[in-house]
Amino acid sequence: MRRYILHRLVQLIPILLGITLLTFAMMRLASGDAVEAMYENLGTSVSQDIIDAKRAELGLDKPFFVQYFTWLWGVVRGDMGTSYISGQRVFETFVSKLPNTILLTVSSILLTVAVSIPLGVLSAVRHNRAADYVIRFLSFIGNSLPNFFVSLLLLLVFAVKLEWLPVISTGGGLTGLLLPTLTLTIAMAAKYTRQVRSTVLEELGKEYVAGARARGVRESVILYASVLKASMLTILTLLALSIGSLLGGTAIVESIFLFDGVGKLAVDAITMRDYPMIQAYVMWMAIIYVLVNLCTDLLYRRLDPRVRLGEEG
Amino acid sequence: MEQKRRRPLRGVTLRLALCALLTGLILLVAVFAPLLTPYDPYAQDMSAALQAPSAAHLLGTDTYGRDVLSRVIMGARTSVFSSLALVAIICVGGSFLGVLCGWLGGKVDTVVMRLSDLFLAFPGMVFAIAVAGLIGGGMVNAVIALAAISWPKYTRLARGQTLAVKSAPYITAAVMANNTPLQIIFRHILPNIAGPLLVTAALDIGTMMMELAGLSFLNLGAQPPTAEWGSMMSKGRSMIQTSPWVVLGPGFAIFLTVLVFNFLGDTLRDYLDPKRRGVRSE
Repeated sequence: MRRYILHRLVQLIPILLGITLLTFAMMRLASGDAVEAMYENLGTSVSQDIIDAKRAELGLDKPFFVQYFTWLWGVVRGDMGTSYISGQRVFETFVSKLPNTILLTVSSILLTVAVSIPLGVLSAVRHNRAADYVIRFLSFIGNSLPNFFVSLLLLLVFAVKLEWLPVISTGGGLTGLLLPTLTLTIAMAAKYTRQVRSTVLEELGKEYVAGARARGVRESVILYASVLKASMLTILTLLALSIGSLLGGTAIVESIFLFDGVGKLAVDAITMRDYPMIQAYVMWMAIIYVLVNLCTDLLYRRLDPRVRLGEEG
Repeated sequence: MEQKRRRPLRGVTLRLALCALLTGLILLVAVFAPLLTPYDPYAQDMSAALQAPSAAHLLGTDTYGRDVLSRVIMGARTSVFSSLALVAIICVGGSFLGVLCGWLGGKVDTVVMRLSDLFLAFPGMVFAIAVAGLIGGGMVNAVIALAAISWPKYTRLARGQTLAVKSAPYITAAVMANNTPLQIIFRHILPNIAGPLLVTAALDIGTMMMELAGLSFLNLGAQPPTAEWGSMMSKGRSMIQTSPWVVLGPGFAIFLTVLVFNFLGDTLRDYLDPKRRGVRSE
């Protein structure tokens, strides 16, 4: 077991190397120049000499592979460089945004689960009856709403019309978390409710359920002890994927609500061509990707003993 | 029993007709957009800036005094055409790659599948933002960015389907009849696996439309002054307190359009998949 986990973690290394090299190449090939963008953002126009000097300072005039290995060597020594824009240390800046993103991930996942599992089960149990139709209709609507529109609608209702919350969240605090969480939950809950419904519906049609019913097992026991447990596998896979992408920061939602997380940091870094910051972000994504997949596999094994992990047995 | 089977089928066919009608309507608006706009969507009139919806301007005007309704209609063209193009690219390209993998097997298959694993597991939108950010804004680049990350879904599906039909007797017969691989792929495999691919594509249109608009919202897609729903909302968001109509017009446009395409996808799936039809008729 331990060997398996270790093996999976070792896989992280080639993935990290590959993905960083790829972004490095893309950033260098991309149209637009980091240094020119930097001065553009400052609102100053400068002579070519200054641009060249700045490039030399940042090492951007060196050959591609020299740049890459300089950066890589820095990372190995625990130094991810400094941001082109703010001049702050990349690693520290990045880590300082993480708590916010993690908080948003946890709150929206919890709320999604709390909403979608009961609704999905209810919808499946009351299959083709009024409650089912209402729930299906709502989840269909939720599925067709882009989250930037949801964000703006929520702002309009809660901040502008009802004036319960500030239009611009001052970051942190419960009020700042509320609207981003709601936005993310609406989209995710719509998707999950459908998924829970169809999984539970499928499970309810299986023979063991008919068998249990025939033996007079109470419906609630069948539902909670067997059906829901069997349905968890599918739902957990989806949840793992969602957690992965939420931890990557929800660029749009974080930007709209000026929520200070990694998603907003990434969008800002990308638009301002802050190369070292983009690299840090890409590495973070790769790490999440490997860890989330590993956790899902381990969880699978706990829930379903039939599942064997590749390395053992 | 017989009657029970029939009834939901009729329901689905009716729904499909309704979907076709609504989709047709959207396509017509997109195609004939320049003829339908009551005002020039790009004409600025500072004296008429930020007017609330009225008889003259049904959806109001934006900061530059441009008619929001005209821009929403024009935006239909940008959004609908670009998402259709995007879905066409990834569906055709991805499926072709998948069929090739399924047919050839071996090293090609392994390499492409590993790659698609990586793409599937990575949160798509974030990656698209990175790609779009790096290759620069513009609707074409946004389509490229999303295409670059969304093909694996089709590749996997097409590969699985190809593997499923590959061992069928009619394929063996086609091989023995001395058909070239390309002939077999186009004449025998593709027609037999097209159904699920088509359903996936139809369901994807709405999602892709939202993602394209999302990129535009972040200024990584359509560039001003192009009339596009996402970027219109992005420009209007700072005025949400005083003139919410600038945001609401394009917002509801995208919501309703995505709704119609999702409805089409769902219905097409129910229509083409007899198994699901059985489930519904219980």
